[in-house]
Amino acid sequence: MHKGTNKKPAETPGIVYFNQTLMTAPYLVWALAFIIIPLLMIFYYGLTDKTGAFTLENVIAITTAQHSKALWLALLLSLISTALCLLLAYPLAMILAKRSVSQQSFIVLIFILPMWMNFLLRTLAWQTLLEKTGVINSVLTFLHLPTLNIINTPAAIILGMVYNFLPFMVLPLYNSLTKIDPNVVNAAYDLGANGTQTFLRVIFPLSIPGVISGITMVFVPALTTFVISNLLGGSKILLIGNVIEQEFTQASNWNLGSGLSIVLMIFIILNMVLTGIFDKNGEGTAL
Amino acid sequence: MIKQCAQKVYIGLIFIFMYAPIVTLMVLSFNNSRTRAKWGGFTGKWYAELFSNRSIMQALYNTLLIAVVSAVAATLIGTVATLSISAMRRRSRAVFMSVTNIPMLNAEIVTGISLMLLFITLRVKFGLGTILLSHITFNIPYVILSVMPRMKRLNPSVYEAALDLGASRVQAFFRVVFPDLLPGILSGFLMAFTMSLDDFIITHFTKGPGVDTLSTKIYTEVRKGIKPEMYALSTLIFVTVLILLILVNYTPKSKEKQSSGQNGGSL
Amino acid sequence: MKKHLVSTLFSKSAGLILSAALLAGLLGGCGSDGASAGAEGANGSGASADADGGEVIVYNWGEYIDPDVLDMFEEETGITVIYDEFETNEIMYPRVEAGASKYDVICPSDYMIQKMIDNDLLQELNFDHIPNAKANIGQQYWEQSEQFDPGNKYSVPYCWGTVGILYNKTMVDDVVDSWSILWDEKYADNILMQDSVRDAFMVALRLNGSSMNTLDPDELAAARDLLIEQKPLVQAYVIDQVRDKMIGNEAALGVIYSGEAIYTQRENPDLEYVIPKEGTNVWIDSWVVPKNAPNLENAEKFIDYMCRPDIALLNFEYITYSTPNEAARELIEDEDIKNSPIAFPDLSQYSLETFTYLGDEGDELYNEMWKEVKSE
Repeated sequence: MHKGTNKKPAETPGIVYFNQTLMTAPYLVWALAFIIIPLLMIFYYGLTDKTGAFTLENVIAITTAQHSKALWLALLLSLISTALCLLLAYPLAMILAKRSVSQQSFIVLIFILPMWMNFLLRTLAWQTLLEKTGVINSVLTFLHLPTLNIINTPAAIILGMVYNFLPFMVLPLYNSLTKIDPNVVNAAYDLGANGTQTFLRVIFPLSIPGVISGITMVFVPALTTFVISNLLGGSKILLIGNVIEQEFTQASNWNLGSGLSIVLMIFIILNMVLTGIFDKNGEGTAL
Repeated sequence: MIKQCAQKVYIGLIFIFMYAPIVTLMVLSFNNSRTRAKWGGFTGKWYAELFSNRSIMQALYNTLLIAVVSAVAATLIGTVATLSISAMRRRSRAVFMSVTNIPMLNAEIVTGISLMLLFITLRVKFGLGTILLSHITFNIPYVILSVMPRMKRLNPSVYEAALDLGASRVQAFFRVVFPDLLPGILSGFLMAFTMSLDDFIITHFTKGPGVDTLSTKIYTEVRKGIKPEMYALSTLIFVTVLILLILVNYTPKSKEKQSSGQNGGSL
Repeated sequence: MKKHLVSTLFSKSAGLILSAALLAGLLGGCGSDGASAGAEGANGSGASADADGGEVIVYNWGEYIDPDVLDMFEEETGITVIYDEFETNEIMYPRVEAGASKYDVICPSDYMIQKMIDNDLLQELNFDHIPNAKANIGQQYWEQSEQFDPGNKYSVPYCWGTVGILYNKTMVDDVVDSWSILWDEKYADNILMQDSVRDAFMVALRLNGSSMNTLDPDELAAARDLLIEQKPLVQAYVIDQVRDKMIGNEAALGVIYSGEAIYTQRENPDLEYVIPKEGTNVWIDSWVVPKNAPNLENAEKFIDYMCRPDIALLNFEYITYSTPNEAARELIEDEDIKNSPIAFPDLSQYSLETFTYLGDEGDELYNEMWKEVKSE
């Protein structure tokens, strides 16, 4: 019912309740001071050297063997985890969307409640679970099954990423799936489509905004993480997030760190463009 | 029937996946050994020691203080911003919304570093204040994004009717418009609260001496081994939230929704 | 980033909003109670002295002091301790250098102290105000400190130790007396290396017979190649997690600070600590006062307090790192520990070195090479 009336006010300015300048000023100042200027500082540091002279060296540094390897590895691992999240989350979102009752509290239980346990502790708990003499392997040994040796490997990092970011995939998917009008699906069946056809031709295309938004929600944090790779990768695997973090906190080479951050931002801008294409209202959310 | 079963098994597996680490942490909180590597028998002593551990209590206090203050501030600024953005022309609205999206889409590490560089350049003393400013910054977008949809759903004629009936603008706003926005504002506040509570990376880069939140404290402890008191605290928080959720969500609905027992049962 | 997650739930479920609000209230209440109780505990004792006592801002390694000692200090002096922790020297340095965070007392290691002296970040100490230091700290530690703090002007030794190999007797059959065992393929995936530039390079450099303070590019390249060669055998690069992992029988061999060895042995008697024959690093962590310290007087009081024999003993028993405080060592009751070759080794029989500061370019060279190892 709202849909029809919703679109129009989005095009034209809404009601001015109070003095517009007075209302705009606080956020404008805040956004300038704490969003725009800090970003410009990254560009300033990234594009200058230690003496303050302009240089592209810090950005080009991404092409050195160590940095490009860290970036490729980060891209690879985050793409794999995004794909895994999608594969795991889609069936789950479909099951949840079909169940009419109480999936709300179920989602809370399964995805929100764990967030109240600190995320570092939860990730650390995977160490205890996955270690050579950890919980999972103790159980496997007890059952005389072969042991699982993935701790300190890329596989463990992927597991950590999927674990931490799965909720960001499930919820947009669930949202877009519940928005599909059941009549459309029924119509497809009535017109003779079978289950697979209905899924491929009707359900999946309609859920694409959710898929896109889920992918971006998982991909960015996975690409830039340094905590998960540290905790589950045994510090043996250097991702681009680790390199940047170390440049700032240990090598104290802020110029290089900022230069590499600029490279990261390119991927984030790509992401924003992608989200923008599927988000015509300009609201920045697929809700 | 088989399909139903398969679905339940699938949900069950995801549930185990999400909860295995949590159960692990809970078990560790009863471990009578300072190290997580060894099971030293069952004990409840960490729960007692927790409350006399000054630094953990201080970190908890800081975490909650930062979460509450930054959520309140972000809610105020964000709500006002939403009012102004919704009154804007399309072009400026698009600009404002993209700026709003930056902290949400940008990598947390980049946001954290950019704020750190700002504070260093301005020679601001790192401490509670810098953490607060940073948290307010990344919280505002959550508020805007949750109030905005409510804003769009408002029916302008109700407000106009109130004016016609002789209400002042302030009266009309607070009596007519505000109640409609309230759920959005509340949910924005809670989002901001939760995000602030869970943040580690941005705090990591903007914190000052002696000011620790639970997250930064845990990160420092990772190197030396997490103190068991920390597991105990997490377990307490978790159980409290769980009980509250059960109380609030299940009590009034238990008659109408028998099926909710299913989920309760899977606990 | 998590907008969908939370907004879905919060915007739809009024019940949840209520519950979360309740929770916030509840936690908030309990949290502030706890904290204020804690604060009272802190002030309660020194409540009267609090106003004139002022504060002292301490920046120390994680888990590197007995927390009771801080309480006792506050109680006795009325000075409030603001306590902050760092994980490595390299993380500490930029924070102090940037000047955005001001500290009164810091506890860096040898080579980092030299770097801070070189970069004019520290102030000379007035030892008249720190009488316990000269009285109780053993002469040999002052001499050792001369390497990085000529004339002993800036630093007061707090802890010292060696770096060696901790191994599990049930998992290692060979005689462990050389760093080379860390390159033995028999122990693939059973080796824990130090995740810090200087310590990791120290192992490789000493094995090659080089100085661990070398700036010779060829020697460094050789060490780097050695570390790269070792990488497939390494289970994880860790700092202090060596402790938990060795206790839990996760690995057979680990490079560890001697101070951790006593603690791990207590938890797991199968573990043994050795100083390899090629020699190792003798390190000293010392108290220093930065130039911009806001509370100089309290900083001196704090350092002096740490040098008191009974206090040094409490710290030694809590953190198990060797104390340079001879008077405190005399107070140790357990003869085994008092004469423990781990805590108090006879240093004359080893080839030992202490890290020195290599200059900005030297640092960069090491960092660059370490990154090559880590990204391999």
